[in-house]
Amino acid sequence: MHPAANTPPTPGDVLPDHPDFLWRNPDPKPSYDVVVVGGGGHGLATAYYLAKNHGITNIAVLEKGWLAGGNMARNTTIIRSNYLWDESSGIYEHSLKLWETLEEDLDYPILFSQRGVLNLAHSLQDVRDSKRRVYANQLNGIDAEWLEPDEVAKVCPIVNVSSDVRYPVHGATYQPRAGIAKHDYVAWGFARRANDLGIDLIQDCEVTGIDISDGRVTGVRTTRGRIAAGKVALAAAGHSSVVAAMAGLRLPLQSHPLQALVSELLEPVHPTVVMSNAVHVYVSQAHKGELVMGAGIDSYNGYGQRGAFHIIERQMAAVLELFPVFARAHMLRTWAGIVDVTPDASPIVGLTPVRNLYLNCGWGTGGFKATPGVGWCFAHTVATGEPHPYNAPFTLSRFTTGALIDEHGAAAVAH
Amino acid sequence: MQLIDCPWCGEREEAEFHYGGQAHVAHPEDPHALDDEQWAQYVFFRDNPKGPFAERWTHSAGCRRWFNALRDTVTHEFLAVYRVGDPPPPLIRTAPGAQPRQDPEATS
Ligand SMILES: Cc1cc2nc3c(=O)[nH]c(=O)nc-3n(C[C@H](O)[C@H](O)[C@H](O)COP(=O)(O)OP(=O)(O)OC[C@H]3O[C@@H](n4cnc5c(N)ncnc54)[C@H](O)[C@@H]3O)c2cc1C
Ligand SMILES: [Zn+2]
Repeated sequence: MHPAANTPPTPGDVLPDHPDFLWRNPDPKPSYDVVVVGGGGHGLATAYYLAKNHGITNIAVLEKGWLAGGNMARNTTIIRSNYLWDESSGIYEHSLKLWETLEEDLDYPILFSQRGVLNLAHSLQDVRDSKRRVYANQLNGIDAEWLEPDEVAKVCPIVNVSSDVRYPVHGATYQPRAGIAKHDYVAWGFARRANDLGIDLIQDCEVTGIDISDGRVTGVRTTRGRIAAGKVALAAAGHSSVVAAMAGLRLPLQSHPLQALVSELLEPVHPTVVMSNAVHVYVSQAHKGELVMGAGIDSYNGYGQRGAFHIIERQMAAVLELFPVFARAHMLRTWAGIVDVTPDASPIVGLTPVRNLYLNCGWGTGGFKATPGVGWCFAHTVATGEPHPYNAPFTLSRFTTGALIDEHGAAAVAH
Repeated sequence: MQLIDCPWCGEREEAEFHYGGQAHVAHPEDPHALDDEQWAQYVFFRDNPKGPFAERWTHSAGCRRWFNALRDTVTHEFLAVYRVGDPPPPLIRTAPGAQPRQDPEATS
């Protein structure tokens, strides 16, 4: 009820309308051409590119919780393509190029900010490995530079580059086109466009079984009934082992908690993204002003979306080593996601032994940056039944043939 | 901090321990007899269950000995610890949906 024109308004009695929802909330239909399992960034991007690039729109994205409430809501949003190996450069650079036009493509703000990323080197071996990676990147047409400590200080004046610290900064690789984006907006942008193209985004719908007959997938069982499917595309991130087991597949994955934290809101102080493998932390400053930090996984397997506090303490010790200026910042919040780690720290994207069942997993600690790129390539794989050239090397069978893509030691911190 | 019950030292803080992944993965008896698929399974594939998991730990900042544990990967609760060489304790499920518990009869 609006107050009558002649009575003075009481504060708070006229509330703004609830914003329009960006997507419908349909009930599942009995059958779809493609069912995507997992409504995170990868599932949403895959559905969007299936419709946009391949004209397939009879699609459901099934999400057990709320849309993009998994790692998509929990990651630290670092986007870069400076990986060592040609195969990784291919898919990550493809993704970075898509990020550069994604806002116009989705017609939705995603706050993509190409503020550059520094990967610090703290030892002679770090310096050698980093330069090797810079040269490899340059050969692959990726913007990469080697910076001496004084040049590091020019890019990011608050990094402590003095030589009297325990792990002095000997230099850094720099990728100017790298950066961050607003993860929630990215998910909502993809969801909105997928919805506009007729795709059903179905929340609170957990896949509990996968039906296979004659070696071919025929549908999924869910907490909202059976859904028949011509093709099923798995994009369940930390739960990939659990979901794949429903189809009798055993994957070379271990699920771990990965934690991150934010500070209170601060004035803009940190102009870029800094990552350090040796001290082991990475830091950026979100648009709103929080310092966003993360580091490595908790050591043990875990599905609990929480980790141990001593891991957070170590991250903060590392950050103070690099940024003494943060000593008085307050930590506001910590959380964890569940990441699916492969033995070679590279993803698995492609076909499975079950016909019409496709697999996208193993992005571990670093798959946010791949969201548009993997959506593009996985959609191609699902639509055509053949891997896209960019994901062709990332097969499940590489663990048998030995054609690993070992980014573990190669790509600095893996996020 | 989470306490872990070392079979030799008793309860100590988690930070004293290191994780060793899945337990009871034996080296192949006759490695030359394995084909590529079997080698891949041995080298790269491990179970990754949501729930109880038999795994290896070492008390690196204590007695430095390895031991096995049955731990729930969702709650992070240690359901049992036992010495290397001992079989994993059998589980009993008390009620549908309840956490499986160590069978008290079986571990003495
Ligand atoms: C703390 C943290 C920091 C990170 N930082 C970075 C970073 O800086 N840069 C970067 O590139 N990457 C980063 N990552 C990794 C990145 O978040 C993931 O690789 C990526 O989000 C995985 O793809 P996704 O978005 O589809 O996953 P998710 O958002 O996790 O989507 C998977 C979805 O599947 C759903 N699901 C699971 N099982 C079922 C089922 N049975 N039925 C239906 N739905 C199901 C889940 O609920 C979930 O919503 C980080 C991750 C974490 C946790
Ligand atoms: Zn001990």
